[in-house]
Amino acid sequence: MTTTQTPVLAARGLVKTFGRVVGLDGVDVDVYAGEVLAVIGDNGAGKSTLIKCLTGALIPDAGTITCDGREVTFRRPQDARAAGIETVYQTLAVAPALDVASNLYLGREERRPGPLGSVFRMLDKQGMRRRAEEAVRDLGISTIQNITQPVESLSGGQRQAVAVARAAAFGSRIVVLDEPTAALGVKESNQVLALIERLRENGLGVLLISHNMPHVWQVADRIHVQRLGRSAGVITPQSHTMAEGVAIMTGAAAA
Amino acid sequence: MLGLTIEPGSAAAELERRRHSPAQRVQHLLHTHPALSPAIILLLTCIAFTLLNDRFAAPAALSLLIQQTAIVAALAIGQTLIILTAGIDLSVGAIAVGSSMLAAMLAAEQGVPAPLALVVGVAAGLVAGSLNGLLVTRVGLPPFIVTLGTLSVFTAVVLIYTGGQSVPGADLPDVLTWTGTTFPLGDFRLTYGVVIVALMYLVVGWALSQTAWGRHVYAVGDDSDAARLAGIRVSRVLFSVYAVAGLIYGLAAWVLIGRAGAASPNAIADANLESITAVVIGGTSLFGGRGGILGTLLGALIVQSFAVGLSLAGVDDQYRLLAVGILVIAAVSVDQWIRRVRA
Ligand SMILES: Nc1ncnc2c1ncn2[C@@H]1O[C@H](COP(=O)(O)OP(=O)(O)OP(=O)(O)O)[C@@H](O)[C@H]1O
Ligand SMILES: [Mg+2]
Repeated sequence: MTTTQTPVLAARGLVKTFGRVVGLDGVDVDVYAGEVLAVIGDNGAGKSTLIKCLTGALIPDAGTITCDGREVTFRRPQDARAAGIETVYQTLAVAPALDVASNLYLGREERRPGPLGSVFRMLDKQGMRRRAEEAVRDLGISTIQNITQPVESLSGGQRQAVAVARAAAFGSRIVVLDEPTAALGVKESNQVLALIERLRENGLGVLLISHNMPHVWQVADRIHVQRLGRSAGVITPQSHTMAEGVAIMTGAAAA
Repeated sequence: MLGLTIEPGSAAAELERRRHSPAQRVQHLLHTHPALSPAIILLLTCIAFTLLNDRFAAPAALSLLIQQTAIVAALAIGQTLIILTAGIDLSVGAIAVGSSMLAAMLAAEQGVPAPLALVVGVAAGLVAGSLNGLLVTRVGLPPFIVTLGTLSVFTAVVLIYTGGQSVPGADLPDVLTWTGTTFPLGDFRLTYGVVIVALMYLVVGWALSQTAWGRHVYAVGDDSDAARLAGIRVSRVLFSVYAVAGLIYGLAAWVLIGRAGAASPNAIADANLESITAVVIGGTSLFGGRGGILGTLLGALIVQSFAVGLSLAGVDDQYRLLAVGILVIAAVSVDQWIRRVRA
């Protein structure tokens, strides 16, 4: 992760306003392959707005986004998906009445082979269920046990695990996680952290938003500090202690 | 948390035992099978009316019941699709009547060949539904307001176009009234219109359960923001639902001409409320994302069996209204109760 490399995902001068409220005020960010970039910041600092702009959920008012050095415009979440970027949004974006397997494949359903799929557009329900089961097992997320359960019958933490599994299973370049461990217990949080490290080993870029400083200092390679809609600097777990990071985050110190 | 097994005699075991109280089991069952409650109600209704008057269960009465249900049942397919997306359609009847009048006038007065007049009439339903869809997705108005507006607009256009005049059956070509032709099926007598409606149920039911489109309809109704973030083109799905509903109303118009044996701009005045009633009694949630067309079919049959059964029992028609009203409120209460379930 040397700086001479081209970032897999980069943004320059991102601005996003909501009426008179400024969400992002000229933010730059770089994510490299094989690194975990954490984003920390107080509530309302613009972390979620930043990743929404990077993943097509919001369209920035100004600024450019590049993917492997090429400029891209994401008009909707599926554009970012098509570029290999998977996201766990803070609101999770799961359909409560559908089961776990349907949620994993939501928006990218697979059809049956042959004319049943191509002519009659029939879903390959069994195939998707089987592959969803494999994906969940391979990811080591033990909290999801029954893939045919409707998501609304799961606990908040289990729902979060479904969203994380979906992103990790389909992400091919970048996985973006907006507070993926907020509702998780200690064991489940550790599973997600281990998963993040595995994604990095596989050469993916990971963008992690978290309020949990020990988690951030444990897995991040670099830490982007977001403050009042702006970037307050990029630090590393080696260059700064947690207390110093928090001081920058709250404006008590400069980076 | 899931790894723990429940010790016998522990507080958890006590809770586990209480969790599966009969009421909660019923709640869970109804939650996973939304068509179950209308099925039970229909069964009880039929038993009750047969006990009151055994002519109710005779093939003649049941055939009539099915024929009379067909039109509301057809319109309610489109209504179900829209309610599944957490919308509502008040222009159902206006679109169906418009389609039927256009086809009838073209064939009877403009001398357009009957098959072409039929196709134009059905296509008009598709266009009208698409207009609703455009207003909902592009202009972003709530479905209630959009269809309240188009209800008046379509009704006015039809009255202006027809001058309020019906087209009598004698002027209508056979193609348009073919849907009213009866044929025997065992002891029953059905119409081709009933067959068309049955096919519509099969096709739409299959699309809802077996295709990605169907899954997206549910996901959009469940939580449209989540659906959008999950990569579903919410506007496109919504538009398609209104367009398909319009097409269904156009086809229902054909069945309507056959059933009435004429085309009248004042037909099916109660179609809006009757279709919504069928959907609600059928267990589809007005909040979207839950339910299906099997329940709707049962709901339409329940309402019609009240009409047939009460008239056979010699009860005044006002009591039918009373019973249906109570049923609607009961159905929505059950829906609210079911929605509180958390496995
Ligand atoms: N859709 C919206 N409409 C109006 N204002 C918004 C919207 N989304 C975000 N904002 C505003 O933008 C600012 C940044 O919000 P954002 O959600 O990005 O914060 P955050 O850093 O993710 O906070 P948290 O830690 O609480 O998740 C806030 O002032 C918020 O009120
Ligand atoms: Mg946030």
